[in-house]
Amino acid sequence: MKVSENWLREWVKLEASTDEIVHQLIMSGTELDAVEPVASDFTHVVVGQIKSIEAHPDADRLTVCQVDVGADELIQIVTNAKVHVDQKVPVAMIGAQLPEPDGKIFKIKKSKLRGVLSQGMFCGAETLGMGDTGEGLLEIPEDAPLGADLREVLDLDDVVLDLDATPNRADLLSVAGVARELGVIMQAPLTEWKKEVVEVTLEDSFPVNIECDDLCQRYAGRIVRGVDVKAKTPEWMVEKLRRSGIRSLGPVVDVTNFVMLELGQPMHGFDFDKLDGGIKVRNAQEGEKLVLLDGKEVSLRADTMVIADEKKALALAGIMGGNDSAVSDNTSNIYLESAFFVPNKIMGKARTYGLHTDSSHRFERGVSPDLQLEALDRATSLITSICGGGAGPVTDVIANDDLLKRDPIYFERFRIKRHLGIEVDNARVEDILTRLGCEVELAEDGWNITPPIFRFDLATPEDIVEEIARIYGYDNIPALLRPMEPRIALKPETQVREETLQDLLVARGYQEAITYSFVPPEVESLLSGMDKSEQIRLANPISEELSVMRSTLWSGLIPALDKNVKRQQSRVRFFETGLTFQKTDDAANNNLVQRKKMAGVITGPLYDEQWNVDTRSVDFYDLKGDVEALLGEAHGARFEFTPSDHPALHPGQSANIMLGETQVGVLGALHPAVEAKLDLDQVVFVFEVDMDLISKKELPCYRKLSPFPSIRRDLALLVNKGVEYASIIKSVESLGIAELIDSVIFDVYQGEHVDSDQKSLALGLIFQDFSRTLEEEEIGAYIEKVMSTLEKDVGAVLR
Amino acid sequence: MNELTELMQQAEVQLKTADTLTALDEVRVHYLGKKGLITGQLKQLGKLPPEERKGAGQEINKAKQSLAAAIDERKLALEEAALNERLQNERLDVTLPGRNIGSGSLHPVTRTAKRIEEIFMQLGFAVEVGPEIEDDYHNFTALNIPDHHPSRASHDTFYFDDGTLLRTHTSPVQIRTMENKEPPLRIIAPGRVYRCDSDVTHSPMFHQVEGLMVDKDVTFADLKGILDAFFKAFFEDDNFKTRFRPHYFPFTEPSAETDIQCVLCHGKGCKVCGNTGWIEVMGCGMVNPEVFKHVGIDPEKYTGFAFGFGIDRLAMLRYGIDDLRKLFDNDVRFLKQFA
Repeated sequence: MKVSENWLREWVKLEASTDEIVHQLIMSGTELDAVEPVASDFTHVVVGQIKSIEAHPDADRLTVCQVDVGADELIQIVTNAKVHVDQKVPVAMIGAQLPEPDGKIFKIKKSKLRGVLSQGMFCGAETLGMGDTGEGLLEIPEDAPLGADLREVLDLDDVVLDLDATPNRADLLSVAGVARELGVIMQAPLTEWKKEVVEVTLEDSFPVNIECDDLCQRYAGRIVRGVDVKAKTPEWMVEKLRRSGIRSLGPVVDVTNFVMLELGQPMHGFDFDKLDGGIKVRNAQEGEKLVLLDGKEVSLRADTMVIADEKKALALAGIMGGNDSAVSDNTSNIYLESAFFVPNKIMGKARTYGLHTDSSHRFERGVSPDLQLEALDRATSLITSICGGGAGPVTDVIANDDLLKRDPIYFERFRIKRHLGIEVDNARVEDILTRLGCEVELAEDGWNITPPIFRFDLATPEDIVEEIARIYGYDNIPALLRPMEPRIALKPETQVREETLQDLLVARGYQEAITYSFVPPEVESLLSGMDKSEQIRLANPISEELSVMRSTLWSGLIPALDKNVKRQQSRVRFFETGLTFQKTDDAANNNLVQRKKMAGVITGPLYDEQWNVDTRSVDFYDLKGDVEALLGEAHGARFEFTPSDHPALHPGQSANIMLGETQVGVLGALHPAVEAKLDLDQVVFVFEVDMDLISKKELPCYRKLSPFPSIRRDLALLVNKGVEYASIIKSVESLGIAELIDSVIFDVYQGEHVDSDQKSLALGLIFQDFSRTLEEEEIGAYIEKVMSTLEKDVGAVLR
Repeated sequence: MNELTELMQQAEVQLKTADTLTALDEVRVHYLGKKGLITGQLKQLGKLPPEERKGAGQEINKAKQSLAAAIDERKLALEEAALNERLQNERLDVTLPGRNIGSGSLHPVTRTAKRIEEIFMQLGFAVEVGPEIEDDYHNFTALNIPDHHPSRASHDTFYFDDGTLLRTHTSPVQIRTMENKEPPLRIIAPGRVYRCDSDVTHSPMFHQVEGLMVDKDVTFADLKGILDAFFKAFFEDDNFKTRFRPHYFPFTEPSAETDIQCVLCHGKGCKVCGNTGWIEVMGCGMVNPEVFKHVGIDPEKYTGFAFGFGIDRLAMLRYGIDDLRKLFDNDVRFLKQFA
């Protein structure tokens, strides 16, 4: 809520400066979105009146005005503004200083405009830092004395405090409420206003019937007849409204808005002649139509409360009035409404109609149920004083006998120490609570505390603790570092740690990326190979590009990679760790799995360009080396790579990563067709592993080292091109030769001297025994065995 | 005798001209080898009269020793020259860059999250995680945010058609932990959170850390103590100031917002802190008994505090990043700055 400081000072006697007031509000829990002067720091601007206007001899768009500024002689001002004789205008005199938004100061000097003397300047609102209120000069009240300082005339030495009260503090949504709060936190006296007395001159009243008394528990109203709706709202009220960010819309609306700002009671004025029979507060009929003040027609739901008459709905209760029954230029009799709606019953209703109004904002948070008559009288007397007319008696229907009663809260003293860690003495506690408007009564071990009617947020002992802390001052509560039981945070050694894997990839040249979890459906579909019907779609995405949850991290990483390549970064190596999302049949988990994955994408040269390394483009085996390094962290787990048929990957350059029967990941080159569809400029290699499935590792288990030398035999094998290395190793291992302790593949060759349908593999076998040096003949026998098995299993022959 | 002197003079000349180790060795063999000229002199001693033999023998031996020493000296000199030449030849331009396989970097948000985790772990907190697609109960209801509560409006929630949602904070992890574990509890829950809001200062996805401590007689003073210690550690400044202001959250009471002293102007006031000297970084407070009731913890037996703050924001403050959107743009030129 925006409110001017001077308006607040009318309600509470404060010695403190603006800064001090702002600080105290902030430190007691009311944030300020802004503190803005109502006008810039200009000087020497006075009220003038135009006495005569002549055309400028040399310029069509300029006029020459003689202006009375209350001095002995008129002054002459050349202007391009549209003005008329007798108009009162703000005049920046010679010597005036007008600060501009950029901090510079515009000084008014005697000057000639196209050869004609000008002794000052007329000012618009913008020039004076009073906001952009459109074209033309600032309007001046008719009764403003000529030559008077504009700052005084318009009370411009004032700031607007844009208060952001927390949702629990409905009582801070009015000038009266903020003043009351300032009175408590700054220990300042409140202004005592004389009670508004409305002279009832009419006998007319209008029946009120509350049908839904769970929602509406008080409805007060009265008729005011003979109102001149064309009367002008007084300047002081227009200005107060303006400083609160509300435009003047005619006296009746202005008064209801003014009373809402002043006291916190949202009100509504109906055109009485449009009402039939009586006020009926009822639930809407399903589908009932109502055209609202903003001109939009809504179709009502049965769970919505309306203010109606005998025949039709008039207004969305507590939210917005209807168009047909609104005060118009032809209105002369009005019906004023001042009601109380139960906060948690009206909560959220406005939003279901896409509305949020000053009225709904206040009712949802809680308007005090003892405020209605005071507000009604205040509004009545303002309207009759501005627009004339006579008021009828108030009809006040209260639908809940306990409406104005509050239950006391039993508050035990120990709770202060228990929650805050400090002792506050009894006298201080009682003082704080009393100043907040609570009735405080001593009880066993504490107090019985009855909060004031307007504090909807005080109901439990914790609410009381909070109030004590707030007024006592959070600053006055010490910061204590609580001692703790010695405890060891165990990091199991058999668990692969995420940060180890991340560090490993970083050491191998990967940048960690963080991409959005929601991705473009097209990209997701292409990279997951899943139909769009399988996708998990947001009901309210920010855009189509961010509308489905990723089932693979590639959906974020590939576009990120591509963006960098298109920014001339040809070498990109990204990894990301995060949840992926997929539909399942598991109803217990919302038909959803959320699994943590780690993925990488690489493209471009293997190394950055440098003077002594011949670089080349990355290939499948570069990526696989990185993946094997990752998997190597899972000590003791035997991962196997089998050809993959992943639809997004190159069928000849992709592999599933298997741990036993479980697929734990996949890697490969992107399918050229997918690359083309995604408009990628470079070949991209990708991997993704499931973090949980690769996270188990074994403790290292020491094995004795043999003191005897190892012996290596190299074999050059010829096999058919299609034979996989893994099947060769499997075949060798199937022999179970205990002395064969290791093997190494040190060359794979295709080309000259090898048939085109064959390849040559160079395999080194390493033998060693624990108890002796192996003999030539033994090794020879093993090699023969290996070769005959290889020939049988994979058709290998020695080259 | 003259012969020996002559030989020595010759040897000296040859020694000087021997500029390789091989040539030098030839000189040695020529004079001192088994059939060497000076060795030969010794062999001829027998031909001298006995009374001269001793003197002549001494002379020859002296000459032999002196020549051997000269050869050794020359050898050392030659060796040193050879080594020097080799070193000269092997000289590299050490200012050329080394062979670089290039290391990457962690994202600044991850880097910050790890730092936060490390500090809280030293304060006895364990790290907990939870799902990102949440149900309404864990994200709102259990945290004492009923339907239509005004504070839901500030949560700009992403929904799915089945009523589930993307968590708007990591507080649901707090609920899930309390559902499954008994007090005393000290946990933090870092992770991604989502709000359907996107502009210069808002990203639809960002990162939060939620913290929770539940024990007997945990107080607001303890909350202030932990957070104060955390920020001092995080910004590595023992005089680092924090400030607590009353606020409202449905899940805590009393609630506070925490401001830290502006890290740019050190509290003097600048553009970043809007001239206040303070930067708002988190919400916190004492766990509301309603929340305890939802998870079956007796609020008369236990109290607790909770806090939540943005990891991205701390990363930005720590590293001077002025645009939130840069964090998720994944420009390698940006990411490489955090190596």
